[in-house]
This record gives sequence, C-alpha cells and structure tokens, in this order.
Amino acid sequence: MSIVVENLTKKYGEQKAVNDISFEIKTGEVVGFLGPNGAGKSTTMKIITCFMAPSSGDVRLDNDSIHTDPEAIKKKIGYLPENNPIYLDMPVVEYLRFSAEIQGVAKPDIPSRIADMIDRCGLDREKHKNINELSKGYRQRVGLAQAMIHDPEILILDEPTTGLDPNQIVEIRKLIKDLGKEKTVILSSHILSEVEATCDRILIINRGRIVADGTSDTLRSQSQGQELLKISIEASAEEVEKAVRSLATVEKVSAIDGKDGWFNVQSKPEASSRKEIFDLCVKNKWYLMEMTGLETRLEDVFQKLTK
Amino acid sequence: MSKVWIITKRELASFFDSLIAYVMIVLFLGLSGAFTWLFGSDVFFINQANMQVFFSIAFWSLFFFIPAITMRMIAEENKAGTIELLITKAVTDSQIVWGKFLACLILVLIALGCTLPYYITISQLGNIDDGAVIGGYLGLILLSASYISIGLFASSITQNQIVAFLAAISIGVFFHILFGVLAGSMRGFFGELFNYLSMSTHFESMSRGVVDSRDLIYFFSIIAVGVLLSQVMLSKRNWQS
Repeated sequence: MSIVVENLTKKYGEQKAVNDISFEIKTGEVVGFLGPNGAGKSTTMKIITCFMAPSSGDVRLDNDSIHTDPEAIKKKIGYLPENNPIYLDMPVVEYLRFSAEIQGVAKPDIPSRIADMIDRCGLDREKHKNINELSKGYRQRVGLAQAMIHDPEILILDEPTTGLDPNQIVEIRKLIKDLGKEKTVILSSHILSEVEATCDRILIINRGRIVADGTSDTLRSQSQGQELLKISIEASAEEVEKAVRSLATVEKVSAIDGKDGWFNVQSKPEASSRKEIFDLCVKNKWYLMEMTGLETRLEDVFQKLTK
Repeated sequence: MSKVWIITKRELASFFDSLIAYVMIVLFLGLSGAFTWLFGSDVFFINQANMQVFFSIAFWSLFFFIPAITMRMIAEENKAGTIELLITKAVTDSQIVWGKFLACLILVLIALGCTLPYYITISQLGNIDDGAVIGGYLGLILLSASYISIGLFASSITQNQIVAFLAAISIGVFFHILFGVLAGSMRGFFGELFNYLSMSTHFESMSRGVVDSRDLIYFFSIIAVGVLLSQVMLSKRNWQS
C-alpha cells in the first residue's frame, strides 16, 4: 500500500498552508512529519485522510484517489487526529465497537478485534469505564485503539504524544515502533527526539513545503559535511591553540568558554584531523585527555532548515 | 443504510445515557398531559371525544423541545473536534446527517408513542374519529421531522449549542406563526404564498384527518432542504478558503 502525494496545495485565503507538496511513501515505512507549529503537517494529514479536499493536487493510495474514492481510502486508513477528539460520554468498549462497526469490520470479528485492541493498548483495567473518567494517557491509548480497530494498512497519527508524561511517551513510542513493523505509519511531531527514535524516514516541512527528506542519518550528514571535534589537551592553552590551528586539515579552532584546555576543532571539508591532532600531541609531549567527534544534532538541522 | 443506523444507534445511546431523552419525554408528557387533561380548555371542558386539544398543545411543545434535542447534534461535534474523527471514518457526509436526523426522529417518536394512552382513554369516553387521530399523529411526525431538519441545519452552522438552539427557534418561528400572521394581513399572491408556507395551515388540515399531497410535499420539502443545507455546511470544510 503505497501513498503517492502529488502537487498538493491547500490555500486558506491568500495563505498557502500546503504549497505544492509531492512525496511517496512505501509500504511498511514509518515516516515522521517534522516541522514548526503551523508548518502544514496537520493540513497535509487532513487531506490524506479525506477530512478536507485540497485546493489542487491529488493523493492516491494504490489506485484510489481522494477525489473519486474517499470511502475506499478512509477504510484503509486509521487516523488519530490532533488533540485526540473522542466521544467522552461513551464507555471504552462501546466506543471501540462503534468505531469497528462504522469502519465496516464484519460483525463476527468485532468482539475479537476489540479484545485484541484492549490487550495491545493496555486498556484492560479501564475497559468498562466511561472515557471521561480516563486520564489523558489512557484516552490517548483509546484514540490509538480506535484508529487501529479495523486493522488498517496505514496509520496516520497527528502528534500522538502531546500532553503525555515521559513514561507514557515511551510506551506510546514503543507501540508505534511495533506497529511500524507491519504497517505504514505517518506521524507528525515537533519533538525531534521522538521522530528520531521512531521513524525510518523524516520529512521536514516548513511553511507548507518539504525542505528535507531522508533518514535522520542522511539529514545529519547532509547538513554537517565537516568534521567537528571536541578536544581537551593538558598544556598551555595558547600554545595548543596556535599549534592546532596551523595543522593543514584544520579550518577553525575555538576555545570552549569556561573550560581550560578545551577546544572545538572544525576540519576542512572532507578531511579528518583526528590523527594529526594525536601526532601533534605526541610530538610536543602533551597529554591528550579527550577527543570526541561531535555529531550534528537533528535540532541543528531542523533549526537551519526552518529558520 | 447500515452506516446511517450505526450513527443513529450511537446518538440514541447518548440521548439515553445523558438523561436528555428522559427529561425530554417527561417534560413533553407532563406538559401535554397537564393541558390535555387538567388545565385550560382541556378535554373535559370542550366535552368532545377528540384529540384536537392534545394536538394543538403538542404543536407548540414540539416547537420548543425539538431545537433542544437537535442543538447539540453537530455543534457539539464541531466544538469537541469529534467531527473530524467521524468524517474520517468510512462514511459520507450525508450518512452522518441522516443518522443524526433519524436519531432525533426516533426520540420524538418514542415521546409521541407515550401519548397513545391518551388516545385509548379518550376512545373509551366517546366516539372518536380515528382518521383525525391518525392524520393528527402523522402531522405531528412530519412537523417534528421538519423542525429536526431545521434544527440540524442550525446546529451545523455553529460550535455553540445555545446559538444553535436560538437559530433553530428563530428559523422555526417563521414557519410556526410568522408566515401565518403575514398571510392574514396580505391578499393575492403573497397571501397565498405565506399561507402555503405556514406550518399550521398544513398541520391543521392533517389533524382534521385530511391528508393532501400538497401537505406532504410541503413537509418533505422542508426536510429535504434542511438536511441538504446541513450537509452543505458539513462539506464546507472542503472548499473553505
């Protein structure tokens, strides 16, 4: 079940919430939409789930288009909208039954599907309560359960972990990761570590456009390009700085504020200074206390792309 | 059809879980019962074995009760955001609206069904015109269905239940009395037009036992327009810009 998004545009008045987005998601991928608030993540999801029609462009699931077969598409998708809207006055089991019936699960299968969801989402102790008696974390699980009740091939989760405590976040992430083994999952978030922890592929969206697309590693290396090292050498700081700067592979050296003998060293493009620094220390009989390669954090990539 | 019924079932369950249904039925029976049997120009006062008294009370009490049932139908979903959940399930907008319409109608039918003992009692007291009773009930059902569709439309234009209630009453009051008043003060074409638009013209002729196709067309047109406009309001998200 592949999702093909073609030239999707959604205008709100003059403003383009989504601006000519195209991408393709293959079966079994876990894709994270990452972007600042108001970037167009939710709007894109709302269009894929047939909640609203785009101003132009198309979304296709296999051979079904959102313009011609919304019913078929809705059946294949399990959707957890932002802020997890839910019928608070219903008991958990009744709510799941309603979701199953309305998504067209065959009548004889409904009890086993409900039992399966209750088991998977850890709702066993809460199943007879009304949803308005549940805590936020449990409501979120109910939201996930209703999205998965008809065993959809695609799961679309809009900010599935907002407002949860750290333990619940870990549990929900684990659940998503498990799901990702058999299903195509699209989730949105503005929490970088979350996307990095759960997704195979990241789409960074900003102002309605896709500004980056790839795994977290490729995104990092794309924006990094140059090696960055943190070193600590026990010797006269001035001497060290001067000597390191004179190395052929080094582009920039800067002392780390407040830490004596610590430096950030940036190498020239496509060069590594690790061995040179080591040799330098050996030659001058300095003690090399520490040398760490700094990875560009996803935060930096994100900030660079979405500024 | 089965999708419509799934939505109807949920709405009915929510009526009965939240006590709305019981309050509505008790109030309706209490009010119509009191005025039919105990106060004012009741059955014993007019001293005739017919249900005209009850029908004219119900004509008014339904006018107020129905907006109270319909006001939350779509407005609440708009406010809570559950409308997004519902629309992204495998249903069409029209199934959603008809499901809600049917739930309201069934609740009204239950309330009306509870007044059948009135009929049984009166039929014991004298010779009752069964045709008029059937016509009257049919009229009440069609009138309720019309106000339900108006109420659903009112509920679909807002997130606020109070606004939905007041909007339904304000649209309804035109059909309920204002068109009748206008018809009385005008002659010629406009007099005829307003007379045709007035709910009471059609309801009165039906509660006398005369079921005319003109009346049926009138009620079914209001129902169709109301439901259609609610669907349009639901689909508005698609071309909103």
